[in-house]
Amino acid sequence: MTSIASNKVASEPGPALGAILREAALTALVAFLLTLPLVGLRTVESGGSVSLRTDFTSVALAVGLVFLGRIGMILNREGYPVPVLAVAIVIAVGATFTPLPGSLAYVVILAGSLVLGLQALLAIRRSRSTLSLQERDQRMDQIGAKVQQIAWYVGPILVAFAIALPMLPFADRGLLGVAILVMTYIMLGWGLNIIVGLAGLLDLGYVAFYAVGAYSYALLAQWFDFSFWLCLPLAGLFAAFAGLLLGYPVLRLRGDYFAIVTLGFGEIIRIVLLNWADVTGGPNGISGIPRPSFFGLPFDRSPDEGVTSFHQFFGLDYDATHRVIFLYYLILALALLVNLISMRLRKLPLGRAWEALREDDIACQALGINRTNMKLAAFMISASFGGLAGSFFATYQGFISPESFSFIESAIILAIVVLGGMGSQLGIVIAALLLIGLPEFFRGLEEYRMLAFGLSMVLIMVWRPRGLLAHREPSLLFSKYADRLRAGKPAGGAQ
Amino acid sequence: MEYFFQQLINGLTLGAIYGLIAIGYTMVYGIIGMINFAHGEIYMIGAFISVISFVVLGTAGITWVPLALFIVLIMAILFTSIYGWTIERLAYRPLRGSFRLAPLISAIGMSIFLQNYVQLLQGARRKTIPPVIQGGFQLTEGGAFSVNLSYLQVVIILLTVALMAAFTFVITRTSLGRQQRACEQDKLMAGLVGVNVDRTISLTFVMGAALAAVAGVMVTLYYGVIDFYIGFLAGVKAFTAAVLGGIGSLPGAMLGGIMIGLIEAMWSGYFATSYKDVAAFTILVLVLIFRPSGLLGRPEVEKV
Repeated sequence: MTSIASNKVASEPGPALGAILREAALTALVAFLLTLPLVGLRTVESGGSVSLRTDFTSVALAVGLVFLGRIGMILNREGYPVPVLAVAIVIAVGATFTPLPGSLAYVVILAGSLVLGLQALLAIRRSRSTLSLQERDQRMDQIGAKVQQIAWYVGPILVAFAIALPMLPFADRGLLGVAILVMTYIMLGWGLNIIVGLAGLLDLGYVAFYAVGAYSYALLAQWFDFSFWLCLPLAGLFAAFAGLLLGYPVLRLRGDYFAIVTLGFGEIIRIVLLNWADVTGGPNGISGIPRPSFFGLPFDRSPDEGVTSFHQFFGLDYDATHRVIFLYYLILALALLVNLISMRLRKLPLGRAWEALREDDIACQALGINRTNMKLAAFMISASFGGLAGSFFATYQGFISPESFSFIESAIILAIVVLGGMGSQLGIVIAALLLIGLPEFFRGLEEYRMLAFGLSMVLIMVWRPRGLLAHREPSLLFSKYADRLRAGKPAGGAQ
Repeated sequence: MEYFFQQLINGLTLGAIYGLIAIGYTMVYGIIGMINFAHGEIYMIGAFISVISFVVLGTAGITWVPLALFIVLIMAILFTSIYGWTIERLAYRPLRGSFRLAPLISAIGMSIFLQNYVQLLQGARRKTIPPVIQGGFQLTEGGAFSVNLSYLQVVIILLTVALMAAFTFVITRTSLGRQQRACEQDKLMAGLVGVNVDRTISLTFVMGAALAAVAGVMVTLYYGVIDFYIGFLAGVKAFTAAVLGGIGSLPGAMLGGIMIGLIEAMWSGYFATSYKDVAAFTILVLVLIFRPSGLLGRPEVEKV
């Protein structure tokens, strides 16, 4: 891409129109070539053969928008932000009232004008339209530090709200279902955070432990009639053991190799679950997984002979919501347990060692930290949390199949951890609410969910590689640096 | 014995396809040290563009096979390379010099994005095209089992060999290849002596994408069926091939590809077909644990 030198000759009046148009036209050409085959020519299956349907309107729209957007970006960069801001507002308002093909067009136009507008505002306030990576990092570090501070107040409030949620008037079964789903992902996120956020190992196969937990509960309940409360710790243990088995051979691998091998393990476990039909039921999965009881009291309307059910014991009318509320509190308790343990772990020598390993592997080795054992501990603890979440998932759904444990699930959990800011407990809650909770309320846009998912992963990495709320506050500080760091300023060599 | 030879031929064909994809992984890893997780998706896009081109050519009435094949190859290479270039420009270049795992996460996001992008636009159902090249040689006469070498397999293997030759020439003899090797060794120094590092890296992505596009065309011809999900498994297998051969080494990528293809063909020929993907993953794990530098790679020295 040709770019115009930003330090133009001072005598030249106005923006160099030719150069701007050429640059924008080149970008538009790329957009045209990108969209022509896949957007413009859609394959349609009709009776075993493939035919084509053309959609050149979308191509033209995409090319036009890219052209305008690029011109806007150039003008912002070259110091003409005011007209860009005006045009962006006009386009955004105009697009809202014009009929366009498809809802996606609105989203793209509005998002595009928002970005251009923000860029223009930034350019008006300062003399440049973009922030360098360092400036962004510094800014976001300050925000991260602030969030860290208010987390002390917000955390308990959130927990109180989560406890009170089922008693609130608007909490119906649907909402509780979403809350349970979000809470499961928060728990998984917190579990994975130990490996990714604290120990700094990118695990792409976390779903394997989730699967181990789910299947160990389902199988133990099916074959040995074990109760949920007995299976829950067992599932955690099995998952931790799986973590030990998988972790031991691969922990000496470097970052990205480690990531790919864990991905391989995740897939191996899924394929085995799929093909070992005698035990796992193959693609049909396992159904009829027993629901948990309230310390021995089942949630049935009419329990078996000689068994008191929950509503009879407490003298309540039967309500199917009781079970959902109970399951909600169960996952809430499990998630909080995970949170508590990982918060405490961070203060132990073990947790300190993880964070040190994340920052510099080799220095840690030189200081005599046993790398393998430390990482293995992170792997096993994290795996056991995944296993607990898995057995909850099995009992909540009542049905599991290998389909629930594909790579995309690992990617979603990883996205939650990464987007929230690696290492930040509150960030994971926010990310899970955004990524899991929000789409549940926009069922109409369901098909765009994964698209937005992938895109936001890329954008956040580009904007801030360490994750939105990542704030790497050293656990121990010399007091003279501590105040400066808390204020969010860089503290010389302390970081 | 005839059965073995048949599996050998099938494995070589499959291996040629994996090898072409693996080169993209190995080149990118060699030059910027990242795993381009979205490379499998590039291959998938290549396959889709080739299906679209075939349908367009069918509508236009071009049915002479060599010409159609040539046009489809050019189309797939052109459009897929643009995708490769754009992805590098938007998702990876801003992250250069950032912390190690950032480009990998960005690439995973890109891979999810592209998969769903193609699924949304082209539909989730499988695309089938009628066989373009039919017929073949029968290598053994009589016996219980006859060994067949189809013309398509000949085309795939010859095309791969030709591409490899051209590619080796580019890397070893041209100034672009010299610049690439310079960037691989030391980007800062290469920049100081006047190599346009950004451009060289972009071209590396373009070359990788072009080879993946050819692999996409081949797989469309070979199986006749594609869907939006083929990129994931093929990507992981090709990456395995690149690691097996020694990441960063071009002949290694091809060798690894052929070995993976052979292992997969033999595995499904003699053991259970359902576990053939486990075979690839197991090899990946074993190679990384016992010989991380691969068959032809240089061992990496860890520096502080």
